[in-house]
Amino acid sequence: MTTGLWQHWVLPGIWITVQLTVYSAALAAAVAFGVGMARTHHLRIVRFLAGFYTEIFRGTSAVVLMFWMFFVLPLLFGWQLVPMWAAVLALGLSYGAYGAEVVRGALNSVATAQREAGVALSFTPWQRMRLIMLPQAVPEMIPPFSNLLIELLKGTALVSLLGIADTSFAAYLVRLATQESAKIYSISLVIYFVLAFVLSRGMRALERKTKANIGRPSEPGLLRNLSLRRSSDDADERLKDLTETGGVA
Amino acid sequence: MNWDWSAVGDFLPRFWDGVLTTLEAVALGSVISFAVGLVWAFAYRAPTRLVRWPVGVVTEFIRNTPLLVQLFFFYYVLPEWGIEFSALTTGILAIGVHYSTYTMQVYRAGIEAVPPGQWEAATALSLPTRRTWTAVILPQAIRRVVPALGNYVISMLKDTPMFIGIGVLEMLGQARLQGADTFRYVEPLTVVGVAFIVIAYPASLLVRALERRLVR
Repeated sequence: MTTGLWQHWVLPGIWITVQLTVYSAALAAAVAFGVGMARTHHLRIVRFLAGFYTEIFRGTSAVVLMFWMFFVLPLLFGWQLVPMWAAVLALGLSYGAYGAEVVRGALNSVATAQREAGVALSFTPWQRMRLIMLPQAVPEMIPPFSNLLIELLKGTALVSLLGIADTSFAAYLVRLATQESAKIYSISLVIYFVLAFVLSRGMRALERKTKANIGRPSEPGLLRNLSLRRSSDDADERLKDLTETGGVA
Repeated sequence: MNWDWSAVGDFLPRFWDGVLTTLEAVALGSVISFAVGLVWAFAYRAPTRLVRWPVGVVTEFIRNTPLLVQLFFFYYVLPEWGIEFSALTTGILAIGVHYSTYTMQVYRAGIEAVPPGQWEAATALSLPTRRTWTAVILPQAIRRVVPALGNYVISMLKDTPMFIGIGVLEMLGQARLQGADTFRYVEPLTVVGVAFIVIAYPASLLVRALERRLVR
């Protein structure tokens, strides 16, 4: 493999993958918090609409959604999305739906007395959410979010099907140029693995910080447990997590 | 551009072919992932680190890298090694192996969730290892893992459209083919999108019902 191929395809491809991950993760986080909090709203209609959103976007496939946004939206409504944004929208909306379940689960796991204390102190619903519920729920969300983020990173590879020049598209082009499939595909798998590893360490640092904010201890050392996925130590708890988030996280 | 029901009708023959291919891929992929995952899970319980370590590294690598790239790896690299499969078989193998690293985690959690007292009772009754597994541990572990496995089957279903990358004509592949033939993408792609929800949503309700019945 020549340096030209690296400079023109692989390195820009990695950059595109990173950008896609960051933008989709930002959109997914916004959707997850918005929809997840709406699912704990006191109005039934709000809860229903939020539930409807999660079922639809968890029900359909991210690949199909991406193709739909790319091919159908322009024809049906007359606006053409730049491929990159069609991809970000599809990834953000579908992974946001998975994230919404995580947010809802974490909010529900905050002790009821905490919410009641907020009511007793006549906090407004938004103050309760912002000052009482979220600070306690967020550390709980981070391990499943970390798993989802890695799934999202893996999901960005799908954009190569739409011709966006990300890492896996670069691998495809390099394969055409060099005819060395094993080498370039092994390299690109390693690239994805390294990115996933970096993301998982970043999320662990974030978990330590959010836990420290509410005075809870966290496990020591970022390199202590080298596994990328986070799971509970309790096996029953782990099975419940595997089932509840639709398997993805 | 508006919706045209006759285009939906024209797509249906191809659509049903696609549904069959998709379901075939999910069924065979599930069987492979259930079987290989069990092998990983037992290998990971091996008494020696010489086995545990490589198994841990390999499964972690497969689980945290994109299925699409693995699909291309299988599709382009296996023939170079002299192993030739059809595109569909390659896809089924890739998705089966990818998801086996998830089912492995499910089996591990299922086995660990069996209370230690059950192991101790089996030892106290001096049951042979084989009996301990078949009569005590597995019957309790399997109940717990069925819902989680079901969820991965649904995830697998939602990942089969990736096969379009290696030219398999599952649902999405058929929709793209129809679009290329008739220049109408709206109806085929929408039908396929709705079809995924129509299959996946009842399946997820079934998994939730199973969870209520089987877990505790």
